[in-house]
Amino acid sequence: MLTISDRKEKTIVLKEIMQSRLFWPIFVLLLLLAFNLINDPSFFAIEIKQGRLFGSVIDILNRAAPIALLALGMTLVIATGGIDLSVGAVIAISGAVCAYLIQNEIVTSTPLIILAGIGVALIAGLWNGILVSILGIQPIIATLILMVAGRGIAQLITGGQILTFDHVGFEFIGGGTLFGIPFSIVLVVLTYGVTFLVLRKTALGLFIASIGANPTASYFAGIREPQIKILVYMFSGLCAGLAGMILTSDIQGADANNAGLWSELDAILAVVVGGTALTGGRYYIGPTLIGVLILQTMTTTILTNGLPVQFTHIVKAAVVILVMLIMSPQFRGELNRLRTNKTKEII
Amino acid sequence: MKTRYLPLIATIIVFVSLYLWGALQFDNFFSMRVFTNLFTDNAFLVITAIGMTFVILSGGIDLSVGSMIACVGVSVAVLIEHYQFHPILAFTIVLISAWMFGTFMGILIERYKLPPFIVTLAGMFFLRGLSFVISIESIPITHPFYDEIADFSIPVIGGGNLTASTVIMLIVLIIAVFLAHYTRFGRNVYAVGGNESSARLLGVPVSRTIINTYAFNSFLAALSGIVFSFYTFSGYSLAAMGLELDAIASVVIGGTLLTGGVGFVVGTVFGVLIQGVIQTIISFDGTLNSWWTKIFIGLLLFVFIAMQRLISSGHILVYFKNMKGRVIGDTKADTTRY
Repeated sequence: MLTISDRKEKTIVLKEIMQSRLFWPIFVLLLLLAFNLINDPSFFAIEIKQGRLFGSVIDILNRAAPIALLALGMTLVIATGGIDLSVGAVIAISGAVCAYLIQNEIVTSTPLIILAGIGVALIAGLWNGILVSILGIQPIIATLILMVAGRGIAQLITGGQILTFDHVGFEFIGGGTLFGIPFSIVLVVLTYGVTFLVLRKTALGLFIASIGANPTASYFAGIREPQIKILVYMFSGLCAGLAGMILTSDIQGADANNAGLWSELDAILAVVVGGTALTGGRYYIGPTLIGVLILQTMTTTILTNGLPVQFTHIVKAAVVILVMLIMSPQFRGELNRLRTNKTKEII
Repeated sequence: MKTRYLPLIATIIVFVSLYLWGALQFDNFFSMRVFTNLFTDNAFLVITAIGMTFVILSGGIDLSVGSMIACVGVSVAVLIEHYQFHPILAFTIVLISAWMFGTFMGILIERYKLPPFIVTLAGMFFLRGLSFVISIESIPITHPFYDEIADFSIPVIGGGNLTASTVIMLIVLIIAVFLAHYTRFGRNVYAVGGNESSARLLGVPVSRTIINTYAFNSFLAALSGIVFSFYTFSGYSLAAMGLELDAIASVVIGGTLLTGGVGFVVGTVFGVLIQGVIQTIISFDGTLNSWWTKIFIGLLLFVFIAMQRLISSGHILVYFKNMKGRVIGDTKADTTRY
């Protein structure tokens, strides 16, 4: 998308993209926040307790952290025209591995535990990548295999039980603070920042988008599709592994059955709400983050406003369909036709 | 032999060998009772997996079936127990609503070109939420009609029993096979799944076919929910969590390509039965844990998909020679609908 060399044109093109793509997600998020502000004037208040920031906004950010990480990996996978259904299972596996290592005192140093968690997540991603790019299996089924089997593997590691543990170093990932900010938020910001830089400052971002947009053309342009796809799936695995460690260290236990259950669906929703099409070829990292925030703000809003929790799912479904409809060219066309017909009648 | 039958034959071979392996391992495994119980326990999954087969054949996917089963169970239980409806009336209401819900999802997918994955995902959240709103607690169904259904059974030689669920399942299966292979609707589904643009150019009513496929699938999912309530005698909003994955896995193991256009309804039945046999073997064994089911099914999925790739690309050697070109050509076609 950024192949246009002329700078002025580039800014114009960018502006157009911003207007069409970013507008609705941001609008919905602002609407949600405004609703919250009217309902509870202290919604944006942030106070410092025991050297740690507290407040609804911080809470939303903190809770959104695992899904934000998943959605980042998912955005890149979707950009190549794929999808990764296995991230929920990878969360369970990496959490289970870390908890197993700590509980049985096999490894005690924090960096090694983290390395182990990241390692298994990367292996999981490598497996997905090989299935998709070398064996040529459709991404949706290739990752379905690990989605089904992965949770079984995690249960195998934990022995079907919830492994709990005490480990000061590891608990820092999900429960610690850096300069008063919860560490998980810092981790998300860092990951997004580094990814954004790598994608923008190297050709990698362009390669990823070109594979999704036109595999044949990018093949003839000399882009090594298998390598890049494997890299992208491994990155998605890495993000899932980080998310799994945040969740595990937050509750100080690994629950192979429920850790990250349905989180792949939340991540995909966030990506789509952020305007990245499932057909691939284009991706928007910032809007994905906004999509994550919309979903989390919605959940928190429903909870804090005393609406029964049961409504979360229904509201989520309604918002997703609405956002998707607004972004659908067919629906916009119909709306426009209706509008023009009405104006004609008035004239 | 035509290569398109190969996956189906492989599925049947896997089923038979798994069953024989179980029979060699355990006494009483090779009995009519175990065999018919396989159907009783999995009737609801077979019914919804048949619907899923049609959706996947048309090139789509439906993630909402598990929630549909839970929602139907809760609705039926509330209608019968709290509003004193006769079960038949409750079933009719639920089935018609499900058909309408499926039509609505189909319209969103076909008319506004929204990805099936997202629309049915929203459908999944909506239905699960709706069942939570209707009732969080499990509602037992105590209507005499349910007792009659539980008592109904056709004895089979060798101690087996065909229960009401099995009979409903068999009727659905016969209708589905007829629909898929001997009617215009079935041929349209195959045509749309094979290549939507060609189908459109050939004059196939693509929109109507896709919308009807989703409606039919939701209808079967609702019927599956009713059969599930015969099985559990209750409606529970947390029931059938993740069942859509089992259904999709059954369809894939049954030899249907997720790209659409290729596959058999009968294969899906064997796909479900394979999972059923694995579960039966694990329960007979007693030392293996339930998570082995998931790992086995994952492995089976992998083996079947890899096999399909080899078959669909002709010869194994040719496959490796042409790998690069094929991978690039296929992935684009594979991913366009998701």
